[in-house]
Amino acid sequence: MSRTLPSIVWVFFLIASIILSITVEASEARAAEVFQTSAAFVEAAFSGEKPMAKAVWLTGDLKKRVASVLGHPYRDLRVRYWTLGNRTAWILEEIGKVEPITLGVVVEHGQIEAMKVLTYRESRGWEIRFPVFMNQYRGAWVDSNAKLDRKIDGISGATLSVRATTRMARLALALSEAVEQNGATTQSKAP
Amino acid sequence: MERKRRIQLNQRRLIKICTALSVAAAVLALPAFAEDTPTNEELYELYKAQQEQIDATADAVDEKGGKASGAWHEKTTLGGYGEVHFNYLAGKDVAPDKTKNPSSADFHRFVLFINHKYTEKIRFFSELEIEHAFSGAEGNAPGEVELEEAFIEFDLPMDITATTGLFVMPVGIINETHDPPAFYGVERNPIEKNIIPATWWEGGGMLSRNFDHGISADFAVSTGLQTPIPEMDDPDPGFNIRSGRQKLAKADASDVAVTGRVVYRGMPGLELGVSAQWQEDVSAEHRRTAATMFETHVVYERGPLGFRALYARWDLLSDAAKNVGRDEQYGFYVEPSYKICEWAGVFARYNQYNTEAGNAGGTKRQYDVGFNFWPHENVVLKLDGQFQRNKGGAGEFDGVNLGLGFTF
Repeated sequence: MSRTLPSIVWVFFLIASIILSITVEASEARAAEVFQTSAAFVEAAFSGEKPMAKAVWLTGDLKKRVASVLGHPYRDLRVRYWTLGNRTAWILEEIGKVEPITLGVVVEHGQIEAMKVLTYRESRGWEIRFPVFMNQYRGAWVDSNAKLDRKIDGISGATLSVRATTRMARLALALSEAVEQNGATTQSKAP
Repeated sequence: MERKRRIQLNQRRLIKICTALSVAAAVLALPAFAEDTPTNEELYELYKAQQEQIDATADAVDEKGGKASGAWHEKTTLGGYGEVHFNYLAGKDVAPDKTKNPSSADFHRFVLFINHKYTEKIRFFSELEIEHAFSGAEGNAPGEVELEEAFIEFDLPMDITATTGLFVMPVGIINETHDPPAFYGVERNPIEKNIIPATWWEGGGMLSRNFDHGISADFAVSTGLQTPIPEMDDPDPGFNIRSGRQKLAKADASDVAVTGRVVYRGMPGLELGVSAQWQEDVSAEHRRTAATMFETHVVYERGPLGFRALYARWDLLSDAAKNVGRDEQYGFYVEPSYKICEWAGVFARYNQYNTEAGNAGGTKRQYDVGFNFWPHENVVLKLDGQFQRNKGGAGEFDGVNLGLGFTF
């Protein structure tokens, strides 16, 4: 084997790296993969009908319940949601490994109707966005301890993203139950 | 006496007059008071104004909580993992020196991650590891301090990610994902230890892309293995793959390695992977030994059932390697598992490998069976039994392993 081959490969690699480094900031490279905007998700969740935009304050027992579901307090004081009839739509964020995942969840009659990854920012685990993974949550509900009624098959190498997704599914169901029981909401901004 | 009675009478009259005046004043004042009382409409407007103020305050707090101010600590994350092993083993060929004592207690690994996000498109990842707890020049310090990962990741156009620096090779199951709660067994399987050889990192660059339907591909150009020349009294015949890791410590870069991998994760619970590497010369003494590696694996988890299997092989292309039977080195394992509940699981694993397959013998077999207990999803307690069966019984160690692992 020619001894010049390593030199050629290394030089090629060096030049390619320099070109890529120069172009990266100026490029349209994805910083975070946005699969759907919040507004588009809400519109699709209610089939184009105009839902009422509300927010639930995380105070008192609800704050404790949310912390119990997530294993830590939620990042915001309130969670915005949209409601029409028995259906609610939630847009939640939770950190997978180092970056937050933005998830949309539709709940109806205490069960998950639909779930979708809106924005994914982690380097690994992007496969959670596939419908074949998300469809596992369809029809899921939680017991009094906010545990899902089923086991979710994970994505190999994306354990933390899968766990974050499951926590958000449980959170949406717990919040939906809370607003249904207490109506502890305030009018908020439209999406 | 009479005077005293008159004074009391006057006092009573005065009180009555004052009371009457007070009542009259209050009655006269009522219409004015009523004029200051807000109407329902005014109260509603006040409520709306206050609600807007509360919303604005909450918005400001939420915004501050959710958005980074740009300070370095908001762009830097810490993490890590560790594992402690207790090995109670007995073997036929136990050497008297400590290094070959099969029964030992060892804080095998403690790893810290430090990651930093320069911009949304440029990120730094690192793993700094202490192996065997105590590192130093003394003879009783078996440990090592190792930089296991330190690379920059760039997001490029066309959904391509570029990695450059020191990174783990995109090969096998354990090499990239090896935090202890993620796998069964106290010790890593011998195939990914001796054939792959995990944890295996090199310096160079890698391009990665995720395709639709769950397929991802990686292509790396990096430094490669340099298998050391054995000492005169060393029973090892050379071309030892695991010993060939240079760990990017003043590594010989006169030879280059090219690695490719394709992985499919398009179905929940399923991973199918295949990887290959070509190196120009894996011999540290430059005996012109080109090498190819091939690896394929499957991971499948469905409900409580789990299954892992992996096959890996090296072909070393030189007479020098052939003469010592190390022109062919291979291994495979199969590992079924069952999760009894959320916090407990059992597994069994059959491992077979041969690092001198170019010779007729030398096949090593290892049987493992054991339990994992997860008191927390990121903390694991492990117990397993291992039974080794080698040709001629040489180097067999049977016994029990106990382990504690964690990640954060």
